[in-house]
Amino acid sequence: MRNFPLPRPASAEAGLGDAHRRAWRRPLTLLAGLFVLLGTLITMPTVQAQDAVAIELLEALDVSSYPAKGEAITAIAESEDERARDWLSALLEGRLQRTDEGRFVIVLDNSGRDWPVADALSGEALGTMSRRDLDRIGINNALRNQLRSVIAVVDLYASDVGLRRASAERLLGEVDADLAEPLAGLIEQEEDARVRQRLTQALAIHRLEQGDILAIEHLDGSLHPRVRVALARATADSDNTELADAAQTALNNIEQTLRLNRAAETLYFGLSMGSVLMLAAIGLAITFGVMGVINMAHGELIMLGAYSTWMMQQLFPGQPGLALLLSIPVGFLVAALAGIAIERSVIQFLKGRPLETLLATFGVSLILQQLVRTAISPLNRTVVTPEWMSGSLVINDALSLTLNRMYVLGFSLLVFAGLLLIMRRTRLGLEVRAVTQNRAMARSMGIRATRVDILTFALGSGVAGLAGVALSQLTNVGPNLGQNYIIDSFMVVVFGGVGNLWGTLVAGLSLGVINQVLEPWAGAVLAKIIVLVFIILFIQKRPRGLFPQKGRAAEG
Amino acid sequence: MQWLGRPFTERSTLIFLGVLFSALVLVTVLHVAVPQGHPLYVSAYTVNLLGKYLAYALLAVAVDLVWGYLGILSLGHGAFFALGGYAMGMYLMRQIGDRGVYGHPVLPDFMVFLNWDSLPWYWQGFDMAWFAFLMVLLAPGLLALVFGFLAFRSRVTGVYLSIITQALTFALMLAFFRNEMGFGGNTGLTDFRDMLGFDLRSSDTRLGLFIATGVALALGYVLCRAIVTSKLGRVCVATRDAEARTRFLGYRVERFQLFVFVVSAMLAGLAGALYVPQVGIINPSEFAPLFSIEIVLWVALGGRATLYGAVIGALLVNYAKTVFTGVMPDAWLFALGGLFVLVTVFLPKGVAGVLAYRIRRRRRDGDLSGGKEAMA
Amino acid sequence: MSLLKSFSRRDKVFDFLVPAESPVDVRHGPILYLEDVSVSFDGFRAIDALNLTIDDGELRCIIGPNGAGKTTMMDIITGKTRPDSGKVWFGARHNLLTMNEPEIASLGIGRKFQKPTVFEALTVFENLELAMSADKRILPTLTAGMTPAIRERIGEVLETTGLTGLIHRPAGILSHGQKQWLEIGMLLMQRPRLLLVDEPVAGMTEQEMERTAELLTSLAGKQSVVVVEHDMGFVRSIARKVTVLHQGSVLAEGSMDQISSDPKVVEVYLGADVDEEVVRC
Repeated sequence: MRNFPLPRPASAEAGLGDAHRRAWRRPLTLLAGLFVLLGTLITMPTVQAQDAVAIELLEALDVSSYPAKGEAITAIAESEDERARDWLSALLEGRLQRTDEGRFVIVLDNSGRDWPVADALSGEALGTMSRRDLDRIGINNALRNQLRSVIAVVDLYASDVGLRRASAERLLGEVDADLAEPLAGLIEQEEDARVRQRLTQALAIHRLEQGDILAIEHLDGSLHPRVRVALARATADSDNTELADAAQTALNNIEQTLRLNRAAETLYFGLSMGSVLMLAAIGLAITFGVMGVINMAHGELIMLGAYSTWMMQQLFPGQPGLALLLSIPVGFLVAALAGIAIERSVIQFLKGRPLETLLATFGVSLILQQLVRTAISPLNRTVVTPEWMSGSLVINDALSLTLNRMYVLGFSLLVFAGLLLIMRRTRLGLEVRAVTQNRAMARSMGIRATRVDILTFALGSGVAGLAGVALSQLTNVGPNLGQNYIIDSFMVVVFGGVGNLWGTLVAGLSLGVINQVLEPWAGAVLAKIIVLVFIILFIQKRPRGLFPQKGRAAEG
Repeated sequence: MQWLGRPFTERSTLIFLGVLFSALVLVTVLHVAVPQGHPLYVSAYTVNLLGKYLAYALLAVAVDLVWGYLGILSLGHGAFFALGGYAMGMYLMRQIGDRGVYGHPVLPDFMVFLNWDSLPWYWQGFDMAWFAFLMVLLAPGLLALVFGFLAFRSRVTGVYLSIITQALTFALMLAFFRNEMGFGGNTGLTDFRDMLGFDLRSSDTRLGLFIATGVALALGYVLCRAIVTSKLGRVCVATRDAEARTRFLGYRVERFQLFVFVVSAMLAGLAGALYVPQVGIINPSEFAPLFSIEIVLWVALGGRATLYGAVIGALLVNYAKTVFTGVMPDAWLFALGGLFVLVTVFLPKGVAGVLAYRIRRRRRDGDLSGGKEAMA
Repeated sequence: MSLLKSFSRRDKVFDFLVPAESPVDVRHGPILYLEDVSVSFDGFRAIDALNLTIDDGELRCIIGPNGAGKTTMMDIITGKTRPDSGKVWFGARHNLLTMNEPEIASLGIGRKFQKPTVFEALTVFENLELAMSADKRILPTLTAGMTPAIRERIGEVLETTGLTGLIHRPAGILSHGQKQWLEIGMLLMQRPRLLLVDEPVAGMTEQEMERTAELLTSLAGKQSVVVVEHDMGFVRSIARKVTVLHQGSVLAEGSMDQISSDPKVVEVYLGADVDEEVVRC
């Protein structure tokens, strides 16, 4: 069956995709290795007979000449041995080793000092061995490239779709004349559309290199960097202008799509950053709307939320996911209690003096910051991102959305929806809106404004805590965390207006996006300055923000 | 010029000027005439420190002018102070000439370091003292003019304005941190040699700067006093307390606000310019929002809308800061934060308010019509 | 120094009842003219197609239940609120919709607020000084000095308003009624062509009310006066012509007797609509 020519010791151009390929290959091959290992264990008796052949195959690897090793690799690949893939991937990763007694073993985990190993032939676990007792079978870069191609081809025959996909992925730009023919046959047989598409592209790149203009048709629209490299190379082909032109057209198409994708990525980053801004600002907007005071310690409440995430992770070591989920209520409560404390101890004595309140709460913010510096550390703390939040959602070759930002975005919108519900559907919300519009009138209607103040403040502060929890997943947690976000949050409030949640949402998201759009073009600092100037100009037109309150009540 | 003379008819101004000039003379005498080692000797270091305090006091007066009388809580006055400081710093940089580390005849060291081959256009002219001193006033004045024009025109007041001024100084801080801005980036401007031909390291120059700062404080104080005792000052107070009402009387409130804001920014710039040669460095940290809001605390502690209160507050807080950061640096932020809370909650009128209350109580028995100032 | 000259020139006609030089052109018609003015706040129509004409020298009373749009109407005339549609003219020449508050004020429209708004930190004297018609630009204000003429004029107004004894007291310590008088005094100092007076007698005693009525009627003829008032007795005592506002537009207009016998007006004041009005607040 496997009588197709395998890739020979490889081309020197393989370097481009290596880095990103390696990143996802390891878990996959490990997984595959495990399956094969399992299979081997079960089929032990039949395997026994082949051991002599197998040992011979492996022995051929343990020579000093690299070309000879290359031959041996080809031999293994063509051997139809079920363990071949396992050996080859182990060899690629330097895990195929020999004991002092000459036994071939596969190192299962080479991270520590003592390595767990398994027999390469039987798959039998041999416990741990010291690295000093083991002898690695070395390879060079050329062999590494050869191995990758070989494994890719081997995997193309695997029954597991995941393996086939991964291997097809690896073949892009690696196809040579020997591989082209069997590949065409494989494409016919392939059932999975994605594998088929990739293989077609891989083959098309090869045909393009041969000067086949029809191949471009298969490459058009693909965002894979290897495709772009191949097309770019074809445009430089001065002998064949027709081909060069066609390649250029295809390349332009791709660039166009790529720009769209980049725009989508910027938008995504902007929205996720904006959602955090919104979360940070919305508590501020609520308290400002209801009580007419700016809480300068708001940033520090965000910081407290972030630190409670860190604390929870200290309490539940090894369970970052659980800790994170728990820190949502904890962060809310911690910040809300701190908020109530601030309201009761400072703000209530400064009724009707908004500027003094601003100063006093600034003092509180200094104290809180210094408290964290003294009690915990002036240094940043890292909050672990749980596994289900790391990684990214791959949309296509050029666009992948990091999951942590996705979760933060979703979480922010959820909190927003929750706040909207509280404001619209609960008694507290009604009272808050009443006090926002006309404090004196609300009081005379029997609303206890003081109670509303406390609850509003608790709510606004709690939301700041939630913002901190969300932020802890995006940045380091440190005593200056709050300060870094407070001015941006203020800008959101100024931009969005007070007393309207939607204003804060729109303002937060749009400022986030504006920042992201400007940043690559103008640099982070200039982007901030431009945003500030924009806001100053904006309030020329709309002094009360995007969604101002109108009428008598707003004039106060 | 009747309005400029009016402050000299007030008792409070005369007392203030008397105390200030006595202090200047006293420090000078104790520094020059008393031999070193004598317990009453005032060292060059102390003179320098006091000069710094006086520059801060002038800055506080500028802030009090807009906050106390106009009701505009500027959290960005540090920016004007720093701009004045940078203008002076640029002059002092140019005075170094070829005595820098790299020995370049024109370019300051940091520009040579950045491989710049010529002076940026905005550095031109700063080798001339008169131009630089003009810029000390014009640079902050212009920024205040543009910013204030936009802000007051759209009737941004109260906390909104405070926040925007804070964002202003924050943005400027970020900008000045950049090397490409051409103001020395992180390090700022430093290593000054001399000013108007006097060696900045000699103790005589330091004494001179101290006295100059004191005189500037006196002049700034009198100017502010003249403004607040004029009819314009009363329009300011009217604006502070009932902006809409003032408009309905036919005053273009935004222009009055802009005028006073620009005057205040220029005074702040002057304070910065006097501060820089005394501390020997100007860097972007002067733009930090914390510094700007600290100035407001000085005024709040001293008592606003009195001007002399601002001076008292600036001196008190900065003395405390010097002491604290020397003894237990970690505690300073706690103390500062606590001070913010305590002053606003328990001492809304500041030290000056307490003083005035005492005086008024004593006076009330004798004289019932205590409004002579207004008639004058 | 042209300022001083202007003071000395004005000195000759220093009767505070004589209106200041105003560029308003009333030769061919009313002094104030509102046509089809509408404004709404968040969907609520505070003023709905309002038409109103005030003749030169007229004394007009405007009444109406809470939320009828009386204060909003004043806001529109003085430039505080911009209407969504309509025309507002002062005399034949000045389109008030293109001007801001200080411009309108310096044209000669003075306003007394519903809630007395005086400058509490300033003394009674200073309040009046600020209100006085003068060059209100920055530098003239900075260099303005006190002249015997100004003092005399302030003295006259103090006498008229009965505040002479309180001349150097901060306005903040005045009683509600005294603040009302101070604000009326400030209006007089402005010497406007048109006075908009919002609830002038709230918080005043019977006697003071009588004096206010006397003052307002004596002003009329030389100046135009628009009074918004709830106190029917007071309105009856001064009114020549009364306009009733309801839900943002004119419900009825005429003499006090005509108004009080108008069934529509009676219904508005006593009828079922009362509940609705309360809800709207």
